[in-house]
Amino acid sequence: MRLEYFLLVAAALFCIGIYGLVTSRNVIRVLMSIELMLNAVNLNLMAFSNYLDPVGINGQVFAVFVISIAAAEAAVGLAIVLSIYRNRDTIDMEQFNLLKW
Amino acid sequence: MTLAQGVQLVTLALLAAMMLGSALAVVLLDNIVYSAFLLGGVFISMAGMYILLNAGFVAAAQVLVYVGAVNVLILFGIMLVNKRQALQPIARAWLGQLVTGGVCAGLFALLTLSVVNTSWDISSDTPVGEGAIAEIGKHFFSDYLLPFELASVLLLIALIGAIVLARREFIPDVSPGEPESDTLQLPERPRELVSTADLRES
Repeated sequence: MRLEYFLLVAAALFCIGIYGLVTSRNVIRVLMSIELMLNAVNLNLMAFSNYLDPVGINGQVFAVFVISIAAAEAAVGLAIVLSIYRNRDTIDMEQFNLLKW
Repeated sequence: MTLAQGVQLVTLALLAAMMLGSALAVVLLDNIVYSAFLLGGVFISMAGMYILLNAGFVAAAQVLVYVGAVNVLILFGIMLVNKRQALQPIARAWLGQLVTGGVCAGLFALLTLSVVNTSWDISSDTPVGEGAIAEIGKHFFSDYLLPFELASVLLLIALIGAIVLARREFIPDVSPGEPESDTLQLPERPRELVSTADLRES
């Protein structure tokens, strides 16, 4: 059991999340990719908390904060998606150009 | 508290394989409903990793918040914006995917290099383990008190904001003559019947 294994898994998950965030065209899938990236960051925090700071466990406290903020982000993100879908009648990321030009 | 090292290693390998496979499927599968359910698999294997890292409370919070709330919320979102729509193909989409894949692979290689080359200052103390809940509680009410309270305010703001954003702008007015129907029609749904077989995004 070494710290590096967890960090490598978290790095792989983060890269998968970035790939999905950039390439997917469905809005819901973009939200899911953001959740993947947040989970990767959480895994990093927890691994550091267990291996570098096993008594103080500040990392676990941070992970709890990240989890609560991710929940709020998911709620607001889905509300925005619903609102845009109602106005534009599409779920294609390429057609959301409200703030682009 | 501590399992044998070999058991831990095998568990970690299984959880990592399950998590990365599910994550790849979330990103790559065509059917978005499969993606949403596999996202639950990612969250559950993440909770297993937290248990391996001696953090039972955060694992429970992960299952409750992510699997119980966020995943269900995403499934509801999929059901609400379920539109059968053929996405218009954009020119040279494969090029963008190739470049993104290259950038992600490069980022992963960079992170791997830095993780392997850093000499970590591994602490030799035994982890608090089951006492983590009490320790987290002490942190919440002493040195992290302000962020804790701010998180509650943030959750309230998110609640109100989500309601305001997702609320319907107009209420379909009913003329006094016609009888009021019992079924409420959601304007989000397409008017035709939705068949479950055809949920794929394009």
